[in-house]
Amino acid sequence: MHYVMIGNSIASTACIEAIRSIDRKGSITVIGEEDHPCYSRPLISYLLQGKTDENRMKYRTAAFYEENKVTVLQGTRATSIDREGKTVCLDGETTLSYDKLLLATGSSPFVPPIKGLGEVKNWFTFLTLDEAKRLQTHLKKESRVLILGAGLIGLKCAEGILDKVQSVSVVDLAPRVLMSVLDEASSIQVRDHLQEQGLRFYLGDSIQECTANEALLQSGIVIGFDLLVIAVGVKPNIQLASEAGLAVNRGILVDQGGRTGDPDIFAAGDCSEGPEMISGQRAVLALLPNAYLQGETAGKNMAGDEAGFDKAVAMNALSLMGLHLITVGRYEGESHVIPCKDGYKRLFVKDNHLVGCILVGEASKRAGIYTAMIRNKVELDSLDFDLICEEPLLMAFAKNVRQQQLGGPV
Amino acid sequence: MGINYLYPPFEIIRNQDRCIACRVCERQCANLVHHYDEESGRMKADESLCVNCHRCVSLCPTRALKIVKTDHTFKENANWKTEVIEDIYRQAQSGGVLLASMGTPKDYPVYWDKMLINASQVTNPSIDPLREPMETRTYLGKKSSKISRDADGRIITSTSGQLKLDIPIMFSAMSYGSISYNAHKSLAMAASELGTFYNTGEGGLHKDFYQYGKNTIVQVASGRFGVHPEYLNAGAAIEIKMGQGAKPGIGGHLPGSKIGEDISATRMIPLHADAISPAPHHDIYSIEDLRQLVYALKEATRYTKPVIVKVAAVHNISAIASGIARSGADIIAIDGFRGGTGAAPARIRDNVGIPIELALASVDQRLRQEGIRGNVSLVVGGSIRSSSDVVKAIALGADAVYIATSALVALGCHLCRTCHSDKCNWGIATQNPELVKRLNPEVGSRRLVNLLTAWDHEIKEMMGGMGINSIEALRGNRLMLRGIGLHETELKILGIAHAGQ
Amino acid sequence: MKRIYVNEMWCLGCHLCEYYCAYANSGVQDMVKALKDKQIKSRITVEQRGTISFAVNCRHCTEPLCVKSCIGGAITSKDGVIVIDQSRCVLCYSCIMACPYGALMPAVEGVMQKCELCTTNSQGQPACIQGCPNKAIVFEER
Repeated sequence: MHYVMIGNSIASTACIEAIRSIDRKGSITVIGEEDHPCYSRPLISYLLQGKTDENRMKYRTAAFYEENKVTVLQGTRATSIDREGKTVCLDGETTLSYDKLLLATGSSPFVPPIKGLGEVKNWFTFLTLDEAKRLQTHLKKESRVLILGAGLIGLKCAEGILDKVQSVSVVDLAPRVLMSVLDEASSIQVRDHLQEQGLRFYLGDSIQECTANEALLQSGIVIGFDLLVIAVGVKPNIQLASEAGLAVNRGILVDQGGRTGDPDIFAAGDCSEGPEMISGQRAVLALLPNAYLQGETAGKNMAGDEAGFDKAVAMNALSLMGLHLITVGRYEGESHVIPCKDGYKRLFVKDNHLVGCILVGEASKRAGIYTAMIRNKVELDSLDFDLICEEPLLMAFAKNVRQQQLGGPV
Repeated sequence: MGINYLYPPFEIIRNQDRCIACRVCERQCANLVHHYDEESGRMKADESLCVNCHRCVSLCPTRALKIVKTDHTFKENANWKTEVIEDIYRQAQSGGVLLASMGTPKDYPVYWDKMLINASQVTNPSIDPLREPMETRTYLGKKSSKISRDADGRIITSTSGQLKLDIPIMFSAMSYGSISYNAHKSLAMAASELGTFYNTGEGGLHKDFYQYGKNTIVQVASGRFGVHPEYLNAGAAIEIKMGQGAKPGIGGHLPGSKIGEDISATRMIPLHADAISPAPHHDIYSIEDLRQLVYALKEATRYTKPVIVKVAAVHNISAIASGIARSGADIIAIDGFRGGTGAAPARIRDNVGIPIELALASVDQRLRQEGIRGNVSLVVGGSIRSSSDVVKAIALGADAVYIATSALVALGCHLCRTCHSDKCNWGIATQNPELVKRLNPEVGSRRLVNLLTAWDHEIKEMMGGMGINSIEALRGNRLMLRGIGLHETELKILGIAHAGQ
Repeated sequence: MKRIYVNEMWCLGCHLCEYYCAYANSGVQDMVKALKDKQIKSRITVEQRGTISFAVNCRHCTEPLCVKSCIGGAITSKDGVIVIDQSRCVLCYSCIMACPYGALMPAVEGVMQKCELCTTNSQGQPACIQGCPNKAIVFEER
């Protein structure tokens, strides 16, 4: 059996682990475009902050690849897939045959057409280790940094560099920060917190055009900058798949088992578009825990087992300059805002189930209990709802449920 | 508040250098003595509520606490001692009978501590219990006084119903109501494991404990709580409680506040009704009446279970015992004046009754004199505190002993003597579910088994030292005892010589 | 594999397990020195409402969601015991988001911590078992 994975990040690693738990004999080859050992992309802002280093950023040790007999082709690009011949073309030259193929190509930053961008000497995206290191070499004490995009990536980048530069300004077309992740109240809390730390925001605005060191915003404001970071969004890397004739939408379309239309080709991670549990519709859920679980499920199916990941929901856990945020699920149904001493908590209830939550600050303590309630579709009338709103406690569950959770074999 | 006549008897000494403010003392004190002061970040204590139960001391992870007797004093007075004065203050305030729990703490002579045990030297060599056969097994019940043979000339060896004890120690009566469900469970489990018996006391037998029936003695007391045919047949023996060492002459009292669902069902009385046992059994006014009850119980259990009659040790105990020995009872249990209680009037507990050592000796003597010693087995209780007390009791004539206070101490009791408050911090003498929880029967029964196993081993060592290898050979063997510091009358009653003689 | 199980029937809510846990993981020999006037962050958490109390700690799941969610791969399974390589933790809270028992929390030092069955400190046996006064916490296979 030859297992091949295109993409050397979280989903592929999970796939390796899943395959090896079933098949210790088949060969595994991973094709990675970046010339680095598999690393965790979310850690790049921490690298800039100084909280980690390239060695600690590695997702698995060198021993992992040895023990699991995995061949990694680093710095190699898969250029096309021949589904009939079941081969992958590498760098336009060599071919590698496969029995089962995983597409874990991730995503790439989206760069909008900005007038004058060509004149800007130092502009960056912020998704890969190489870009982060490139940005790092340009950071100076006097640098004025302008970040386009107040989403997850833009804000993490800002956090990573704030104390190393003179100023950081963030521009976003949306009227609030983290528009796709938070509601209004929590978004305002986050913005206020970040402003206190020294970030400057220009929301509901966008870059109309820029020169080498100045950006003219739609509103008429002019911002001078030395470094420009573009972090408005990412696009799933679906080219290989669509060229090979697989069904794609925003991402590569897959079912619960990570299967594409082709019985021998699977997709997982940020490049895939699989079923989201609450809506039942397919969506790109570009979040690390989902990438892992999707990769793991695909791996099991590739190795001949029958597995399905039917609990995919949107979820985010991040901290921004000391403020912790956790969001899970969808914001629909009945909303319950629970007053918190130090933070913000909002729960969403639909059809006797918890379907979503937004937790800021102290409210994020033990959040996994809420996540499990959402994923496991716990019937809310089977527990003490008032108590669980107040605090995520196992105490809120019925006694016999607690016995099972805590008293039995795991 | 006005005038505080009663100064707190205890002081709580907290070593602030060791205290980590973990608040376990605050969480575990049922009397709300300790609390955490947010402002100063320190633990504080109100000694006026402390009963000296040591719960906080025992749980403190850094041993930062100790409880000491206050050194606040009255002017020295050998006659008007502190507790005498304070008792008058209490009664002047309440107008009520002073209640007390557990056995009398008064300074009466402890005869166990004035008797010495023999050991073999030169002649009649000692027996090594680890290498030679030795048993502490014994049987309680009527023993025949002569050898009978059957038609084929073989000796008839069966006897009327006997209780088989693997060790000569049983758990004495403590009612469900005076002690908790978990305490009963611990006693029942331990009795089963040890091959001995525990006693239901006058509170009836909880349905969950019928499974331990073959290690249970069911008690029929003057209030007849929980007495019904299944109850009588559930145990291995039936005990008629005529009296209790701690409070001879009066009955038991369990306040209505302690009578919850469980106790109401087990005792067969209405919820929250005071459970007062009358002083006499109202159907026993003579020895003939007692005989009638003994046989009624035997009829109800088809003569399969031995009947025990429990009496308190009082002045004419020998005459009483003699009467009981002729009434058809199989075992007489005598409870000395030092016995414990859940609650009793203090004056009765401290002044009524006689020491078990003297009672035992005189009863054993009397029954032998009258030639009826074989009619009954004798079981004694009332402050048996160690294995040496057990050996001395058997040497004075007992077939086995009853322990209660010792068992509770093994379960965690610190003898703070405030059982009547229903706030036992150790989960023993309370019905408050929050406190009862503190006694995990798995832990409790293990401790009881450990205690009696240890005592059994020590008894064997002492017996071996005397050159004796069975309880029967030790029983009534007064020659194995010598008195020390006892005067002539005491020696005469005990039937032993003085050390040196 | 032996795990820690708490029986809510015997838990007294005394919180001694929390203090013994904090002490065991403090790296300091003397309990007073380890805990006096210090912020205590125990890896076992007592939940207490009304008369019910019980302690919750990591279940060391056979399918550990925290391991799968950690963005840095800092949480791994060592012979079934789930442990954190604290030098690689960046306190992103992904594991807190994932754990259905709420068994992970920030340590005093500012990285994540969780029960590791006292395999990574000098205790040998889990300290909470030794500290529990009522045998409400046991260490056994089920």
